[in-house]
Amino acid sequence: MEKTVNQKAWFLVLPVLVLVAFSAVIPLMTVVNYSVQDTFGNNQFFWAGLEWFDELLHSDRMWNALGRQMVFSAIILAIEVPLGIFVALNMPKKGFWASFCLVLMSLPLLIPWNVVGTIWQIFGRVDIGLLGYTLDAMGIDYNYTQGFIAAWTTLIVMDVWHWTSLVALLAYAGLQSIPDAYYQAAKIDQASRWAVFRYIELPKITGVLMIAILLRFMDSFMIYTEPFVVTGGGPGNATTFLSIDLVKMALGQFDLGPAAAFSLMYFLVILLISWVFYTVMVNLEKRDGV
Amino acid sequence: MAKITLDNLAHSYFPNPKSMEDFALKELNYDWADGEAYALLGSSGCGKSTLLNIISGLLHPSQGRILFDGKDVTQSPTAERNIAQVFQFPVVYDTMTVRDNLAFPLRNRGVDAKIIAERVQKIGKMIDMENMLDRKARGLTADAKQKISLGRGMVREDVNALLFDEPLTVIDPHMKWELRTQLKKLHHDFGHTMIYVTHDQTEALTFADKVVVMYDGRVVQIGTPEELFEKPAHTFVGYFIGSPGMNVLPASVSGTSAVVDGHEIPLGSGYTSPQGKVEIGVRPEYCSLSATHGLPVKVRRVEDVGRHKIVRATYGTHEINIIANEGDNIGADMTHVTFDADHVNVYADDWLVSPSGVQNAKGEAA
Repeated sequence: MEKTVNQKAWFLVLPVLVLVAFSAVIPLMTVVNYSVQDTFGNNQFFWAGLEWFDELLHSDRMWNALGRQMVFSAIILAIEVPLGIFVALNMPKKGFWASFCLVLMSLPLLIPWNVVGTIWQIFGRVDIGLLGYTLDAMGIDYNYTQGFIAAWTTLIVMDVWHWTSLVALLAYAGLQSIPDAYYQAAKIDQASRWAVFRYIELPKITGVLMIAILLRFMDSFMIYTEPFVVTGGGPGNATTFLSIDLVKMALGQFDLGPAAAFSLMYFLVILLISWVFYTVMVNLEKRDGV
Repeated sequence: MAKITLDNLAHSYFPNPKSMEDFALKELNYDWADGEAYALLGSSGCGKSTLLNIISGLLHPSQGRILFDGKDVTQSPTAERNIAQVFQFPVVYDTMTVRDNLAFPLRNRGVDAKIIAERVQKIGKMIDMENMLDRKARGLTADAKQKISLGRGMVREDVNALLFDEPLTVIDPHMKWELRTQLKKLHHDFGHTMIYVTHDQTEALTFADKVVVMYDGRVVQIGTPEELFEKPAHTFVGYFIGSPGMNVLPASVSGTSAVVDGHEIPLGSGYTSPQGKVEIGVRPEYCSLSATHGLPVKVRRVEDVGRHKIVRATYGTHEINIIANEGDNIGADMTHVTFDADHVNVYADDWLVSPSGVQNAKGEAA
């Protein structure tokens, strides 16, 4: 089929361009602007070139924060995705209990992030928190303000509590769309429970799982509120993830230039990883012939 | 291969069925003879698939028993029954190759790899997908996928029965004919008991030795295609089989004649006045138009379908369809219709009344 070329069609894209410009590009440009300048207050700026980027790439502080961030995202993905699938597989398929489970599962998702942080901050306190007090009474050395392991464990458990539902709900939706005939055919073929999961359920939920992984990756990679409320990045720098570090740098120390450079790097890392995910997903769909 | 016996079988999807209306499958006793090909025919929602799923063990009946060669399997899971079943919509394992798909039921049963390879090759040839065996099943067309499903159903040689649940719905018409022939050949070669569910009468009549017609959760007639055509046991069978279906007219019957709205119609045999809702049924093939005698009718429409003409006429408020020869000239003077007396059936409360007048098709006294 021959395509009609009409350059005027570009005007149709214009409204979107304007919107995106005001909502994203222009604010981002101010960050770019800061990242190549230095300031000593009084709104006076000096050209710094790529100095901040250079410094950033050689800064242990940034690399450590990035490392912690990667480890954190990897751990919560490794827990939440299999656990979410497991929960979804065991949820009732229909009837009252299906609705009940759905409501129950969505509850954590409805709680504001800082409230989640506060809940766990109190829950884990050794003096008044149910969890902290119980663990302490059992003779387990648990104190998230002092112990590295305790702090990480608390944050991971909190994130799993908060977000596994999302993976479970998405996987559940994927599972619900599998026609009964597949399960019946599997019974006729005498497939084992594992084979049913491996050859019927898993292939059918790959698409939604990809979205779940992407969402959970981006959210966990940008996590700020909950660790800020619970540990404030401590003990020491143990839970200082990228965004916490960034806020410290930008607002605590008011190092606008380095913080801007940091933001851009942060942004690029997320963009890069999301792009990889997107490409993988699109290729999967192509293979599906969708 | 086995004889399948249904003993007082009935099923309801409600946990506590109160009346007959609640039963998707009404009480049924029947022996499916070993090695016969059956077609289960009926309109959508008449209980065909329910019956099939009960036989394969995907559903457990609310009451009654199922026996394979006299052994009670009512509570046995599907796997133990060793049944193959093909569904209406293609079920393939997307991530596997066509070969692995076909081998899957055998592998799950721990069959020797060499035998598997042999069987898969053979089935691959039968479904005409030999050159696609190493392709991933994902992305194939619907009819290719359905052929794989059929192949998976046929790959095991030792099955007790092969069940087909409208398997050719998604297949191209030309391929449909070919696959049906293959299935018939398979039946001929291996002598599996086959039950084939369909709502397509041509499919049922060409495939099966015996056709089981279901209506509203009940088996209304089991017979050869000829029996279904000549002596429909229930008005539904008359209406459902044949194109167009049997003409049914309310009548009062006594002796060798029926009276329809004041007009007398001769019957082939004698009847002792059947009671209840009495009707006569006559197939369009046994009706002919006449200028002078018979029931006065008004011809509404003539449809020329190539091999013959279908005349749509009305007698009072009743519709009568007549099949006329392709060469017949249907003029304005054709104002009457006559029936071939030997092929007029009498029904009481929808069930066929046999000429002796003593019994109807249900075996009850009329």
